[in-house]
Amino acid sequence: MAVETITNKKVLMKGNYAIANAAVMSGCQCYFGYPITPQSEIGEFMSGKMQELGRGYVSAESELAAINMVMGACSTGVKAMTSSSSCAVSLMQEALSYACSDELPVVLVSVMRGGPGLGNIYPSQGDYIQSTRGGGNGDYRTLVLAPSTVQECFDLTQKAFYLAHKYKNPTILLADGLLGQMMEPLEFKEYPYPEVDNSSWCLTGAKGRDGRIIRSYAPLADNQCKFLDRLFAKYKLIEENETEWEEQNTKDADILLVSFGSTARNVRTAAKICREKGLKVGTLRPITLFPFPNKRLQELAQSVKKIISVEVNMGQMVDDIRLAVNGKVPVELINKGVGTPPSPEEIVSRIEELI
Amino acid sequence: MATQVFKVPDTFRKDFKYTFCPGCDHGVAIRLVAEVLEELGLQENAIIAAAIGCSVTIYDFLNIDALEAPHGRAIAEATGIKRARPDKFVFTYQGDGDFASIGLAESIHAALRGEKISAICINNTTYGMTGGQLGPTTMLGQVTTTSPTGRNVEYYGYPIKIAEHIALCDGTAFSARVSLDSVANIKKAKQAIKKAFEVQLKGLGFGFVEILSGCPTNWRMTPEQSHEHVRNEMSAIFKPGIYKDITAEIK
Repeated sequence: MAVETITNKKVLMKGNYAIANAAVMSGCQCYFGYPITPQSEIGEFMSGKMQELGRGYVSAESELAAINMVMGACSTGVKAMTSSSSCAVSLMQEALSYACSDELPVVLVSVMRGGPGLGNIYPSQGDYIQSTRGGGNGDYRTLVLAPSTVQECFDLTQKAFYLAHKYKNPTILLADGLLGQMMEPLEFKEYPYPEVDNSSWCLTGAKGRDGRIIRSYAPLADNQCKFLDRLFAKYKLIEENETEWEEQNTKDADILLVSFGSTARNVRTAAKICREKGLKVGTLRPITLFPFPNKRLQELAQSVKKIISVEVNMGQMVDDIRLAVNGKVPVELINKGVGTPPSPEEIVSRIEELI
Repeated sequence: MATQVFKVPDTFRKDFKYTFCPGCDHGVAIRLVAEVLEELGLQENAIIAAAIGCSVTIYDFLNIDALEAPHGRAIAEATGIKRARPDKFVFTYQGDGDFASIGLAESIHAALRGEKISAICINNTTYGMTGGQLGPTTMLGQVTTTSPTGRNVEYYGYPIKIAEHIALCDGTAFSARVSLDSVANIKKAKQAIKKAFEVQLKGLGFGFVEILSGCPTNWRMTPEQSHEHVRNEMSAIFKPGIYKDITAEIK
């Protein structure tokens, strides 16, 4: 069994192991999971590590069970997570809706593969909409963090635990098969965030107080309206406080390339080639997909002439960019359906076709 | 001098309101759970994973910590609670549809893992809250809103005998079926619930009680008729008894 352990501070490591190690170092007390390629290393690592540390681990009977076990663990205030991929994350959508309503700090690592349906195990960004909109019922949002390097897989896993607990809201780390399977230098870091005090709401037994009920059943419409208003006030606060992105060479840019995750790596190289060719190209990489950097895109829409979204799907984030800029500038798409991201050269030639 | 002959268990919420239909056995079942929690001193340490259906309202009666699970997932949520906080007393209270239809995988696998939780399953042979549809325990010949001419094998197959199936799982410490149709059987039911709770407290494995219960509203019966139905019809198919008790084997 492939179990990598923390030996040095700086190591060469696969993204999946980076995520798993980050979870352990974040103080994740429980891991529940069901195998699926291309994220199986996470569950394999956690099975050994959690037992070694005397923490909670279950090889769940299904993804339905796994994410509900996470909800159960989270209801007691501890850090808990599951990890999965695409078609199996589909099975978790009901629970995400419940967890948003219950305000439980669920952490879900979603390592995207090709779809729809069973699809294949090649990398993909086809679950942008699944993650940012969700397939569960009702009005809810999940925080979504999108790493683009193995180091970010580590760093953003830690951040996912923090944000999930800070906002009492499910948080998704959205990686893909490329990030999960590739090796890069990685520096281990201690959990850099403060521990969130959950004692006011978590289930610990009704000692010295009345029993707490964590529920989403809301028989009265008026009460549910009030609850939804409060929930969406929280999402607004998240948008104001937690929107994160990275940008390069945007000051004088005519063309803005927007991409997230592993695709952003080749996009950055493509932008460099464009600059060498005299094209004024800048890049913006959303690190949080919800909240999305709407405001920054609105600002940049004042100065750029064209925005191009580069994605490994049939065009999903491009919709959000169009909503953000609201017709101010044309928004184009460079994409491929599934697989490794288009090469920098391919991106450059398609930019040249578009201008 | 006045003698107290009746007392609402302290494990009940002070402001609870009775919300079940007349003649429904949920009230008795919840009362028994409340009494056992009180007798075992578990109120301050218990966490319940509530299910979907009429059973969900148990958290409005019991003054204990509660997490409401999606339909069929109470056992999974209870598993998560127990693995996160092994020192807590964790149990579920579910209907037959929740436990044995949509949640059957969770139920069987928790029993196979010997998950140290307790599960109470109310078997009233129908989906009560949604208006009396055919469920996993609906008996052959039984008329429901989705078996208008009665349950036949050709279209619907056979009902599941839950307590027997759970008893087959190696991680099960206790599995019993009880009935609430008479005072004597109510006393037996309480003993079974206590046993299912105690095997968890002793760390022996999965504790399970299936409770045969009347649903007069959906059965179109009076409360009295529904108890006769439980006694004469249901108990003939779903035979009350202890199907597994590893503490008896230890003795």
